[in-house]
Amino acid sequence: MNFDFSDDQKLLKDQARKFLSDKCTRKVVRTVLDNTDSQYSKELWQEIVAMGWTATAIPEEYGGLGLGMLELCVIAEELGRSLAPIPFSSSIYIFAEFLKAYGSEEQKQKYLPKIASGEMIGSFAFPETKGTPRASNLKAKVENNKLSGSKLPVNDGMVADVLIVAANSDSNQNHNSLSLYIVETNQDGVESKLLETLDPTRPSSQTVFHNAECDQLGDIGEGWSMIENILNRAAVLFAFEQVGGAQTSLDEAKKYSVERYAFGKPIGSFQALKHRMADMYVKNELAKSNAYYGAWALSSDSVELPVAAAGARVSASEAFHFASKENLQIHGGVGFTWEYDCHLFYRRSKMLSLNIGSIRKWKENLISNLEKRNIS
Amino acid sequence: MDFNDNEKEAKFRSKVREFLDKNARKRTGSSSSAANAAAPETLQGKAAQIKALQDAKNWQAKKAEAGLAAILWPKEYGGFGGTPIEQVIYQQEELNYFVHSGYFEIGIGMLGPTMMTWGKDEDKIRYLPKMLTGEEIWCQLFSEPSAGSDLAGIKMKAEKDGDEWVLNGQKVWTSGAHFADYGMIVARSDPNAVKHKGLTYFFLDMKTPGIEVKPIEQISGSSNFNEVFFNDVRIPDSQRLGNEGDGWKVSLTTLMNERLAVGDPAGLDFDEIFEITRDLEVEDGLAINNSEVRQKMADWYVQSRGLKYTKYRSITALSKGQTPGPELSISKLVTASKMQDVSSYALDLMDMGGYVLDEKNPVLNNVFQKGLLFSTAMRIAGGTDEVLRNIIAERVLGLPQDTREDKTKPFNELPSGKTN
Repeated sequence: MNFDFSDDQKLLKDQARKFLSDKCTRKVVRTVLDNTDSQYSKELWQEIVAMGWTATAIPEEYGGLGLGMLELCVIAEELGRSLAPIPFSSSIYIFAEFLKAYGSEEQKQKYLPKIASGEMIGSFAFPETKGTPRASNLKAKVENNKLSGSKLPVNDGMVADVLIVAANSDSNQNHNSLSLYIVETNQDGVESKLLETLDPTRPSSQTVFHNAECDQLGDIGEGWSMIENILNRAAVLFAFEQVGGAQTSLDEAKKYSVERYAFGKPIGSFQALKHRMADMYVKNELAKSNAYYGAWALSSDSVELPVAAAGARVSASEAFHFASKENLQIHGGVGFTWEYDCHLFYRRSKMLSLNIGSIRKWKENLISNLEKRNIS
Repeated sequence: MDFNDNEKEAKFRSKVREFLDKNARKRTGSSSSAANAAAPETLQGKAAQIKALQDAKNWQAKKAEAGLAAILWPKEYGGFGGTPIEQVIYQQEELNYFVHSGYFEIGIGMLGPTMMTWGKDEDKIRYLPKMLTGEEIWCQLFSEPSAGSDLAGIKMKAEKDGDEWVLNGQKVWTSGAHFADYGMIVARSDPNAVKHKGLTYFFLDMKTPGIEVKPIEQISGSSNFNEVFFNDVRIPDSQRLGNEGDGWKVSLTTLMNERLAVGDPAGLDFDEIFEITRDLEVEDGLAINNSEVRQKMADWYVQSRGLKYTKYRSITALSKGQTPGPELSISKLVTASKMQDVSSYALDLMDMGGYVLDEKNPVLNNVFQKGLLFSTAMRIAGGTDEVLRNIIAERVLGLPQDTREDKTKPFNELPSGKTN
């Protein structure tokens, strides 16, 4: 049994951690938090591009490094650990994966090298309102090859140069079907407005399309299944980010609880707090193990991926939410101040657990995929 | 990343399979599920229990003949001289067959290594071979009515009388004392010393005059544990292991070996409850089509698989010759509560019929009703949920211990409350 990352991958992870603890300080995160003009840390983005992280899992013929998904998993965990305020997940876990899986040769040549080199940032515009995206609440449509409609929220929509947009197509008569389009944002028909959200360190937009130029991605009417497949892949990478964030939350709770004294003792010696932190640890370990299984399924293109990804996603969403809220609680009064960092993790955990679908949606995915597996 | 054995492991696994195929009957289909693999100790009826014990002894003797009775024991004591990963592989494979080695686990896993570390050569020669072959069964006499989680708080008196020791007091929760031939016991030899310093460790024949064993009837109706009473039990000083006053140190050898047991805890888990949701009807049709039920199923799936993959991480560490990480500390903590919750929810799904527990009525499956009762013991035995959380907090996370009076004061000056 070798259910672990390789020595090279662990080395990459260590390098990433050292690099981020140096370059992605809380000051860097707070600069994006406190400044509504700053949509991400450009300096950090340039540094991680220089490290080759954006190119990691993009094939060499499209300007990437051609490494595997496991390398991307270890980077994701460290980005989550450090709350990196950059559009990495939108551009790499989602946009690049859509292109790799469904792009035509021409589309791949056009976009992947620029995504790999960090010159372009990609994202995904899917929901239009509150509630789970369904045929009945997705109104964006393409008529005569022009896209019109409004998407909300689009994570990293303020900085994306190119979007994958889910829309209905006039060339398809099935009203429940959906198609995907590549849309460049630097054109008259596309306008993005900053949305206030729970997590200003990873801003989102409302993006409106008015007869915008668009380029069909993959087969017409196959949107739902393409989205499902790519979000399964992204779920594993998101899970690693969440595991990273959950671990930092526990580390910071631990650190504070031995430094803070009450009733003549460090509060970390009280069983009420110790047991809480033990529970955080248990959830974190289970989430990490589920994420490992997701990593294995993702990297080996296993038929287990839908189940493994949903398991990783559910476990990691719950672990990060629990760790971040209990970290804040253990900090007591200062925990809910702007000055202390607890809220950064609390915000990020909720945002990450929603932006590719809620826990309850992924639980449903998990069970329906288990049912399918049992039938086949 | 892969789930395959390396070359040496694969070779060992096929050797184990060859031995098992030749000597035991393989479980098939649903009979391999943990819920159906009831431990023979829980069998009802004296005759059934005696037969199960004899079958287990015969099986243990066969394993000993093949050199597979104790994978981790050194070859000089008749063991296989194997590695922890080989122990895991053996356990994984044996679980697929209708055999049971549970009677010997405490002896071979914990007490044998204690004898190897602290015993005299003549004792090792006399006792270890028969422990290995299953001819003699051993039990561990540690817990007392007033000392459970706080094991070092035991009160069993050990008083020296010439070349002998006289034991008086009571032990409790002793697994297998009713069929054990020998036991290892820790007792208080100096009540004036600080708690952990006044203990001494012995081994003894369970037929020594003055020992009385009384099975404890559990809420599930079965009796896996005993009370053991000591009334002027005289044992020679030669049966002492370690120095007088070193009993805690010797106990730690025993307990450390407990943590190496990496078996799959049998129990009711995701697969068992998922199966009944496709069978049972609730208010709006089949349970599995109800969205609340589906959400619950997902919770248990991620707990169950999270534990399984955590175990894979530990096995990987063992395979590389490293010490496993957190698996042993979180496994029982999660498993026990999960079993209790799964059982309780399964009964909710059975709705008005859920509280029926009738062995004579074949229409209703009773495993979840039994699980509801048995899981209460799992959350307590072998370290309560609370003690396990303390262990994680202090040993894994490095959080400070609470202030403790019992580390500095003489034992007989410590306050002691109700002892049941």
